[in-house]
Amino acid sequence: MSLLIATLAIGLVFGVLALGIYLSFRVYQLPDITADGSFPLGAAITARLLRDGVDPVTATIAGMTGGALAGAITGAIHVHFKVNALLSGILVMTALYSVNLRIMGASNVPIKANTIFTPFEQGATAWLGQETSILGRSVPSSDLGLLLATTIVVGVAGILLVLFLKTELGAAMRATGDNARMLRALGTSTDRMTILGLALSNALVALSGSLFAQMQSFADAQMGIGVIVLGLASVILGQSLIGPVRSIALAIIGAVMGAVLFRLLVAIAIRMGLDANDLKLVTAVVVLAAIVGPTWLKSMARKRGKHAPT
Amino acid sequence: MLRLDSVCKTFNPGTANEVRALANVTIQLAPGSFTVVIGTNGSGKSTLQGAISGAFDLDRGSITVDDADITRWPEHRRAHLIGRVFQDPFAGTAPGLTVAENLALASKRGKWRTLAPLLRGARRGEWKDLLAQIGLGLENRLDDPIGLLSGGQRQSITLLMATLTSPKVLLLDEHTAALDPRSAELVISLTTRLVAHSSATTVMVTHSMQQAATLGDRLIAMHRGKVYLDVSGVEKQHLTESELLALFSQMRRDDRFDDDACALVSAQYR
Repeated sequence: MSLLIATLAIGLVFGVLALGIYLSFRVYQLPDITADGSFPLGAAITARLLRDGVDPVTATIAGMTGGALAGAITGAIHVHFKVNALLSGILVMTALYSVNLRIMGASNVPIKANTIFTPFEQGATAWLGQETSILGRSVPSSDLGLLLATTIVVGVAGILLVLFLKTELGAAMRATGDNARMLRALGTSTDRMTILGLALSNALVALSGSLFAQMQSFADAQMGIGVIVLGLASVILGQSLIGPVRSIALAIIGAVMGAVLFRLLVAIAIRMGLDANDLKLVTAVVVLAAIVGPTWLKSMARKRGKHAPT
Repeated sequence: MLRLDSVCKTFNPGTANEVRALANVTIQLAPGSFTVVIGTNGSGKSTLQGAISGAFDLDRGSITVDDADITRWPEHRRAHLIGRVFQDPFAGTAPGLTVAENLALASKRGKWRTLAPLLRGARRGEWKDLLAQIGLGLENRLDDPIGLLSGGQRQSITLLMATLTSPKVLLLDEHTAALDPRSAELVISLTTRLVAHSSATTVMVTHSMQQAATLGDRLIAMHRGKVYLDVSGVEKQHLTESELLALFSQMRRDDRFDDDACALVSAQYR
């Protein structure tokens, strides 16, 4: 039970990541690999500032800001120097690896100070006592506080994102991904929209990294590896959960649900004996299957239809 | 008023693919006039529109709208002066956004995109009236994603979007060429109505000699990057489709003559 609650909480933190990837991958239709660098960047900045005695909220916001800057740089390289978007992301991601090491001063920094989650954990413990019984099983109350905190964060971030995408600016961003030529003809710089969009996307990714580090009590230079694939897995899984809907709110709820579900599946797989070292391989295969599968199945069905005796 | 002054544009200069798309073109279009531009393939008629809309930098010359010299303005900055409809009926609208959202984006043409909700204070009633004009029942589909509509429907909406904010200049780039005949007819009749009610200086490029003969108050034929024919007033009104077809074969003959002349000259100097 305790494992389940912890898994849900981590899943929700990755829900914030899924929001960021939804923005770059679904709204802009470019898989922005900067995420692999901005996720640990958020973690690194927050861990460093917490060590230096800065309060957790400021440290978290600073982490987000770092992510926004990284995304803006990727966007600027892409639109100003006409470098392929994927390559721009790879360049920034690679550069960020060194930046993160510089910020942390080591490849791994433990977080011993109070985090953004501490008041929730303490509050839950004070209110419910050390242990709480759920469905006849006892769980640490602090885990419930953690779950509440992550639910609030992902909920607020999700609602703000939906509202934002319905503003003039947000709609212009959606139109940039949809039909950039039209938006230019309507007098908006699609360059500016792309930079802004990638900044926002990576701010969310960095927020997720910052929260993840605070939850695990450490930041690590390696923690970004495969983050983009994890985010894509969540978004794609979420889409298959929700179906082909046109509502932004539903698509975003789907992405968060996808992240949580993916985390649950991973926890179950590891419980059933999957070697944690094989996790990235399995994730990549799952994402590939999710992308290629539907078209492949359709073409198989068509072929079978053709050869079937009538 | 729209003025092009000694406009030159050569694509791929110095290579085997060099194309002199615009060779010293000077045109002055009166405010509110409706000019139809025709020409053979590669005559520079589409480049003319690109030059006005800012799709590329000019080699030489200048472009002014009223008193503003827009020669160095980037494409998006010109947009508050210029409404555009493209040949591709899907190019003018964003498929994932609803009809209302597309119209709302167009109603803020050339303005800063703010954090105000896009559809707050939307003039839905006004838009419904405009959509009803088209006569395709689009007035009931304001909240449908525009990607669900047909090419003709989307091109009609693009036309509305292009004229929504009363731009100074309206550019129509073969905007019916990719439509089926029925939709094309519908879009043309909407064009005639909207242009008549608008004060925009309209430039319409077309391949259809019938459209060229019946629409507009001025006709410009482009050939090899130059203005080959420029008629207006009564002369334009009396222009017939067959005369225009004759003009076209004349231009093609000129082309062939040029090639033959080249062959002759090169044979002589060999």
